[in-house]
Amino acid sequence: MMIWTIDLPPFMPFYLAALLSVFLRGWLRAIVMLAVPVLGGLQLTGLEIGEYNIFALMGFEFSPFRVDRLSILFGYLFHIAAFIGILYSLHVRDTVQQVAALLYAGSALGAVFAGDLITLFVFWEMLAVSSVFLILARNTEAARRASIRYLVFQVLSGVLLLGGALLYFGSTGTLAFNYIGLDSPAGYFILAAFGIKSAFPFVHNWLTDAYPEATPTGTVFLSAFTTKVAVYALARGFPGVEVLVYIGAAMTCFPIFFAVIENDLRRVLAYSMINQIGFMVVGIGIGTELALNGAVAHAFNDVIFKGLLMMSMGAVLHMTGRMNGSDLGSLYKSMPWTTAFCMVGAASISAFPLFSGFVSKSMVMSAVLQEDLGLIWLMMLFASAGVFHHAGIKIPYFAFFGHDPGYRPGEAPVNMVLAMGIGAVLCLFIGCYPVFLYDLLPFAVDYTAYDITHVLAQLQILFFSAAAFAWLQLSGIYPPELHSTNLDVDWLYRRFAPNCIKRLGVVVKRYDDAFRNLFISRFNRTLYFLEQQNGPHGVLASGWPIGSMVLWVAILLATCLLLFFI
Amino acid sequence: MVNMKKSEKKHIFDNPRNVSWVIRGLFIGCALLVIADLFVHRHVSHPLEELFGFYAFYGFFACVVLVLIAKEMRKFLMRDENYYDDLDD
Repeated sequence: MMIWTIDLPPFMPFYLAALLSVFLRGWLRAIVMLAVPVLGGLQLTGLEIGEYNIFALMGFEFSPFRVDRLSILFGYLFHIAAFIGILYSLHVRDTVQQVAALLYAGSALGAVFAGDLITLFVFWEMLAVSSVFLILARNTEAARRASIRYLVFQVLSGVLLLGGALLYFGSTGTLAFNYIGLDSPAGYFILAAFGIKSAFPFVHNWLTDAYPEATPTGTVFLSAFTTKVAVYALARGFPGVEVLVYIGAAMTCFPIFFAVIENDLRRVLAYSMINQIGFMVVGIGIGTELALNGAVAHAFNDVIFKGLLMMSMGAVLHMTGRMNGSDLGSLYKSMPWTTAFCMVGAASISAFPLFSGFVSKSMVMSAVLQEDLGLIWLMMLFASAGVFHHAGIKIPYFAFFGHDPGYRPGEAPVNMVLAMGIGAVLCLFIGCYPVFLYDLLPFAVDYTAYDITHVLAQLQILFFSAAAFAWLQLSGIYPPELHSTNLDVDWLYRRFAPNCIKRLGVVVKRYDDAFRNLFISRFNRTLYFLEQQNGPHGVLASGWPIGSMVLWVAILLATCLLLFFI
Repeated sequence: MVNMKKSEKKHIFDNPRNVSWVIRGLFIGCALLVIADLFVHRHVSHPLEELFGFYAFYGFFACVVLVLIAKEMRKFLMRDENYYDDLDD
């Protein structure tokens, strides 16, 4: 590509490739799509820290391409995620999905390299608009409805961000996207915007609602970008803001209960995604160098291992057409590669030593202990055991082991297996060689994950969680997988609010009817009265005989005569 | 795409003995890890960590509590699979 210069903002190649993909087909399109993240990733390696392409428009200064250690880390991450996702979805013939995926990945890159809040807002909205097609492409009624709810939340987040950005400009006179904090009202608006996209409690439901309704390949992209852009934005705008510690701790704990009773395995992963983001949010809230490094490193690893788990479940959905734990089982017999890769992802998310999750989550845990946050630490330890329980054991167990419903679909397509393989290798590579990741982190790392204390403690937690699962399964206490809908906050706007509006409608209708009837009866009575007076038979309209008129004239004249004589 | 085979080869976990070996291995691993606690000196930063086998107990306890609470949650959160379908029209 001739136009590829060093200071071309990283979203541009993706947007151009999306445009090209509209017209290209087959191998040509595959090559273009795969080449973009590879070349884009290579471009990043040659970049110097700084801001590129600054321009002024209508009195505002825009900085669409700001490179520092934080943004470039997410830049690398999103190129890797885009490459894996594109490889995984190479068999898809649906142009809409392919174009949407490229635009979506490009928007995520645009957002993390945005140096000002308006540029961030533009890509914030582009993330929403491009990603919704990955849900719509499933082409089911449930997906259509979920995508509308998804869009409502995403656009609300965008509106809050724009409002916050303008307030911020009003109070500080700059749009530069750096530390924002909660010193002004603008900070609260912007935090709310970031909070919606990072699935804070009570505004988390768009994620667990919409992600499992997307296409098998679409969910892989969705799990990589939106929430991690939000985590990046939190890390830049609100490091060390204390309330995030408590919000994050809540996020680590509450979703695991829902994950245990959820039957749709991709929804289980969606809940566990909130749990993992919780660890990052706690790290950002603490705000020390170790905590921020841990949060960012965990975001990096999460994109890869959560993507790997989503890919393995997508492969199962693609091959069997089913996603409920109650319908699946024993797929290891016919999908051995997918099983193996899923277990690598499961070990990584559970933070098994030698797998990627361990080297980043232990940083956040250590940072929590350094700050003497004992209760938060216990909550996160509980969540660590819980995540192993539902994502580490439940997902592989109910999909690939357990009871045998007799499905023998065969292994997933080659491109899917390859993409999962790359994800699995990365999980192991980062887990065994954490210095690779540590060198990319925003602050210098003085931390060793592999000391006997961390390893032994983590292994004890994990082995005894597994023992608890085994015991609960064998004794029949473990709740069976059931076809069901579990109520969450979405009940408020999917059932409660519509019901309230319906009831309100009934009451309003009753008063409305009564008022209308009253008015109509009064109106009719008035008409009747007027008719009585002015109608053909009314007093004023009746005919008068000539005789009576003569009589009245005579009386009038007689009266005049009488008056004359007085 | 989906086909059922009546007479396919035996897979590793079709044999219940292999399953029980996995479970036995798990429990042996648990025992070894607790014993290791006796010999390994850990540097602790929280008083609870000094308790013998704290992480082991907490991991087991956490999972059992998690499952029991989640089971109770089903009683008031679980609805029919098509719960939302009739109202969304």
